[in-house]
Amino acid sequence: MSGLIKGRTGEWEVVIGLEVHAQVISRAKLFSGAATDFGAEPNTQVSFVDAAFPGMLPVINRFCVEQAVKTGLGLDAEIHLSSVFDRKNYFYADLPAGYQISQFSRPVVGKGKIVLDLSDGTTREIGITRVHLEQDAGKSLHDQHPTKTYVDLNRAGVALMEIVSEPDLRTAKEAGAYLRKLRAILRYLGTCDANMEEGNLRCDCNVSVRKPGGKLGTRCEIKNVNSVRFVMQAIEHEARRQIEVIEDGGAVKQETRLFDSGKGVTRSMRTKEESHDYRYFPDPDLLPLTFDADWVEGLKTSLPELPDVKKARFMRDYKLSAYDAGLLVAERENAEYFEAVAKGRDPKLASNWVTVELFGALNKLGKGIADSPIDPKNLGELIDLIADSTLSGRLAKDVFAEMITSGKRARVIVDEKGLRQVTDTGAIEAAIDMVLAKEPAKVAEYRAGKEKLLAFFVGQVMKATQGKANPALVNELLKKKLAG
Amino acid sequence: MNLTSLTIGRARDGLRRKAFKARELAEAYIKAMAAARPLNAYLVETPDRALEAAAQTDARLQKGEALPLDGVPVAVKDLFCTEGVETTAASKILGGFVPPYESTVTANLWRNGALMLGKTNLDEFAMGSATITGARGPTENPWRRRGDNRPLVPGGSSGGSAAAVAARAALAATGTDTGGSIRQPASFCGIVGLKPTYGRCSRWGIIAFASSLDQAGPMTRDVRDAAIMLQAMAGHDPRDSTSAPVPVPDFEKAVGQSIKGLRIGIPKEYRLDGMPKEIEVLWQRGIDWIKAAGATPVEISLKLTRYALATYYIIAPAEASSNLARYDGVRFGLRVPGETLDAMYENTRGQGFGAEVRRRVLIGTYVLSAGYYDAYYLKAQKIRTLIARDFAEAYRNCDAILTPTAPSAAFAIGEKMDDPIAMYLNDVFTVPVNLAGLPGISVPAGLSQDGLPLGLQVIGKAFDEETVLRVAAVLEDAAKFDATPALATGLA
Repeated sequence: MSGLIKGRTGEWEVVIGLEVHAQVISRAKLFSGAATDFGAEPNTQVSFVDAAFPGMLPVINRFCVEQAVKTGLGLDAEIHLSSVFDRKNYFYADLPAGYQISQFSRPVVGKGKIVLDLSDGTTREIGITRVHLEQDAGKSLHDQHPTKTYVDLNRAGVALMEIVSEPDLRTAKEAGAYLRKLRAILRYLGTCDANMEEGNLRCDCNVSVRKPGGKLGTRCEIKNVNSVRFVMQAIEHEARRQIEVIEDGGAVKQETRLFDSGKGVTRSMRTKEESHDYRYFPDPDLLPLTFDADWVEGLKTSLPELPDVKKARFMRDYKLSAYDAGLLVAERENAEYFEAVAKGRDPKLASNWVTVELFGALNKLGKGIADSPIDPKNLGELIDLIADSTLSGRLAKDVFAEMITSGKRARVIVDEKGLRQVTDTGAIEAAIDMVLAKEPAKVAEYRAGKEKLLAFFVGQVMKATQGKANPALVNELLKKKLAG
Repeated sequence: MNLTSLTIGRARDGLRRKAFKARELAEAYIKAMAAARPLNAYLVETPDRALEAAAQTDARLQKGEALPLDGVPVAVKDLFCTEGVETTAASKILGGFVPPYESTVTANLWRNGALMLGKTNLDEFAMGSATITGARGPTENPWRRRGDNRPLVPGGSSGGSAAAVAARAALAATGTDTGGSIRQPASFCGIVGLKPTYGRCSRWGIIAFASSLDQAGPMTRDVRDAAIMLQAMAGHDPRDSTSAPVPVPDFEKAVGQSIKGLRIGIPKEYRLDGMPKEIEVLWQRGIDWIKAAGATPVEISLKLTRYALATYYIIAPAEASSNLARYDGVRFGLRVPGETLDAMYENTRGQGFGAEVRRRVLIGTYVLSAGYYDAYYLKAQKIRTLIARDFAEAYRNCDAILTPTAPSAAFAIGEKMDDPIAMYLNDVFTVPVNLAGLPGISVPAGLSQDGLPLGLQVIGKAFDEETVLRVAAVLEDAAKFDATPALATGLA
């Protein structure tokens, strides 16, 4: 797909790399035992270590390390059996120690990759540069008091994974696809909730432009963008801004920019000259992080089936299209739902009902699969009613609509409303006889060769049976009668 | 009987024999502590707490359930956080800070029955070799030069602890040693100071100066007492990732064991140009003593020693510059307001830190800066590795190493004050030991021509404090050091 942007002087290629901060799912913080629950009262989840009291020392939370290694394995990445925690030094009111414990030169996870499923059904591989563990900072609240800033340290010390991509992305759309795929992988692994609105997935975007295939341009970093849509908007705007600067004869300055989601623009935060010197050095309070290959191997075997593998299996075993399979595996819960519905049934039919009817209805309701009014068992029951000819496709849709609003079981609705499909040939024949008797002229026309009229008769019979007649039977019997 | 003249070993025996009560011992020290006030050794006195603990000791002794350190009155360097007792690291920036927690090492002492007399003075954040940079003034050495009443420094940074123990105003004390801060003041004050192997004692709850070098240790009247104290202080602590998960041997058992057959390394590079003759004489005497005890002195080479000070004065400030960033006026301690956040930082840190601390924060910030990191910090780390290798090489040929502790005896308050480099030279013999993470002890071995104590240092292999104690006890026996300082208030 061509991702080039047309400028006044020709086409431009956009080069994008993303740095994603993903909050590790863990009950305790990275270096202290304090809790990590979202939405707690300010400063109620803070240990003396988190508040950097004198003499306090960090102790690594093994579970967080396990989560990072799992993430690395899920990204098909190298796992470094020895890595180092460094201090990133800077002063800020919500950074209690005056340094953030991070990993600079030797991260726990090295090179990996993510495969993007593009909308045209093709795939594209995006390189992962590294994943490292680091502490989150606290939160500064500037809007609580006219002249004071309040500090909430609940988040201080919470474990983050920084997941850095290679500058392999070429369009805002690809960046969006990358984030969605990364989010799916993290959720499958259970290592991050990946909820951008709650802030447990945050994204910095590095953007530059160049003439196609030319030398890399100067990049700008857009900090802390907090939704997939905003990431795409920010990149789009930033790329066009840079093109404009260059085409106006200027040069892009290396700087950090902020995305204003209200106006849909990026603006300068600080230039390279103003950038911090973080004075990274190995944290002398912590030993190098080491583990053995067997432990990593053990984690590998315990990993769940990930989206790519699941998609391939759905295509192979259920004979689904790449598009449908991709749709179903995007969220682990969706895939599980589908498999529960498809079990012992026609997978193609199950896939259609899940991806078209159910997803459509849920989308309208603004609900996720976890809150679906129809559980897999009931959707399966509906499909069974189609398979055994109790319901026609049309009736089934009515029943489905009723299930969505009332949450009732398919069978209950069918019984209550008498929606059972009529397969009794006697009843259908009676209806046919009535219709044919009412339309002698059309019957004559048909018999004279105007066979197109069959559809008209079918419609009349269906109407006469309030749509309950089995359409195939109606067809068959009509033909027989008209042939007379 | 003068209770303050006893060692821990003898006091322990006396208490168990019920020759005196823990309360009496505590009272004697509380009196001595008060009399020692002119020395400015203590920053905080906690007599009520001491008496309360002594009463508990007496109750236990009554039931015959004595703990290893029961009733021993201990002074605590004010770098150890003590729950409910102000802890300032002798810095204005921590003025009024009362920790809601107790350091592991002091908690270990109290659990073993020791009682706290108070908190002792130090160089601000343990940065110094003379106990003169603290916010509440210098500590005086209880010793005086013969025929000269000018006050002398006790060494540092654990100078308050050293002075208190020497003046018989504490039976023992805790110190911390980053580049010699236990051993050098022990040498200046005529007491024993032991820096254990890095990782032997937990650093949890000790205000950090340079994390990769800091180590807590005992300061005592004799070698046996050092062993008894270390026994209680040491041990693995899961709250300190750098604390070593190794068993703690019976240190006291090592004291008095023969050193026959041991090979003692004598590093030729430690013979400095311009070193006072009396230091060389003392060192030679030490060599003779260990020879007489059946050990063999062997010449060894620690060729990178001459780079040790420079290396230390890059690594220690680098770590300190980062460790001290938390003193920002936001959450505890001093806050000097400002118009902006940066102004508040500048006001707070500018007024809260003294000159020496500011100097080291600046040096540390500089050596970690982009463009200088490789030339300074990284190179220093490489040399540090080589220095450790030097020692490892040497230990293929010897069991322990004997050196002087410091290149001079105590100097007067006011001397060397305007020359940081001259001050830093105090640590020339002790710093390499910290860089290599090894155990080292200073034992009083004689008096200078001026009548001031001089110490000899024994350096051991990592986690071999037992050999260090064995050799130190032999030196102690041979030296028969029994001089007492002019201002031993406890003996008055």
